[in-house]
Amino acid sequence: MVSPAHFIALSVILFVIGAVGVLVRRNAIVVFMCVELMLNAANLAFVAFARMHNALDGQVIAFFVMVVAAAEVVVGLAILTAIFRARRSASVDDANLMKY
Amino acid sequence: MTHSIVLAGPAAETTRLLVYWVLAIASVAAALGMVLSRRAVHCALLLAIVMLSLAVFYLMNGAPFLAFVQIIVYTGAVLMLFLFVLMIVGITAADSIIETIRGQRMWAALTGIAMLVLLSLVVGHAAIGPGAKNSAQFADGNVTALAHLIFTRYVYPFEITSALLITAAVGAMVLAHRERLRPKPTQRELAAARIASGHPTPLPGPGTYAQHNSVDMPALLPDGSQSELSVSEVLSVGSGRAERPALGGLQPGGEPSGRPPAVTPGPGHGSGPEAGEH
Repeated sequence: MVSPAHFIALSVILFVIGAVGVLVRRNAIVVFMCVELMLNAANLAFVAFARMHNALDGQVIAFFVMVVAAAEVVVGLAILTAIFRARRSASVDDANLMKY
Repeated sequence: MTHSIVLAGPAAETTRLLVYWVLAIASVAAALGMVLSRRAVHCALLLAIVMLSLAVFYLMNGAPFLAFVQIIVYTGAVLMLFLFVLMIVGITAADSIIETIRGQRMWAALTGIAMLVLLSLVVGHAAIGPGAKNSAQFADGNVTALAHLIFTRYVYPFEITSALLITAAVGAMVLAHRERLRPKPTQRELAAARIASGHPTPLPGPGTYAQHNSVDMPALLPDGSQSELSVSEVLSVGSGRAERPALGGLQPGGEPSGRPPAVTPGPGHGSGPEAGEH
């Protein structure tokens, strides 16, 4: 029997993998992909909980998360393109002008 | 649409369990590979595997609408956008393995383990019940029920979402827009500049020989010397002209600097479409 606990556990694992990827990777595009992975893991938890509680609100929230994630990707990748155009690099280490 | 997914019975249960484990292992492996792979394109393709697996998980959880939105929006649009930007930034750009902050990888791994333990404890202590008795809104009536919710209880967030999307679109356009600093040269100005440069004709094509079948070989002038103009600047910079083997049987001719390149007949005189670039 595949219970919601299975999906919750899987979403926990995927979320942690995404978080570690955000911390470890240097390429800004890959960092974005890891953020997307974390958002997807949260969505899986939302959907599993919606099924557990027999209420559709979790699915609605997951839908909104998808919308926000799409907007975030559009703006984020545009910023990345602008940064790459300015300094020919997609590494998060090189964009440190506002560090201090 | 989802009859086969929500079927009851022991055989269907076994199938669901099998699908879950196969896709769970595949998605976790793909996510790990995404973190570990050094090539960004591999990361994008592995992320596609994770997202498609998640779409199947949504179907198993009675969310057919979200499953198809996941495939269309994430795998179709977002990942293609990622790949598009990857192609702009440079597909060969591999991650550097030099740690800019000392011990960052170790601390990141420790943080990940700590987070995993914490979340596992929280989830393990929570009372997660069995799957609810699947009502109609988790099967065929999913789209209708979702639409009812979105347009009644969640109508204000939905309206705000439209503002968010418009803002994102405008922001992306503003960020990706590049101002033209000088007016675009007209065809008349281009022609005048070409005449003024002293080389009104196209540059000579490269000399390609049976011995060296490559376009970085210079063409031969009538006196046997090499025409420096016949090789693209990009190639001559990249390949290191000093290491080019001397052409056998040719007199050590001088630099054909003053010679107009248009009068270079012979086997090396090609007139490809690239000859006009400069």
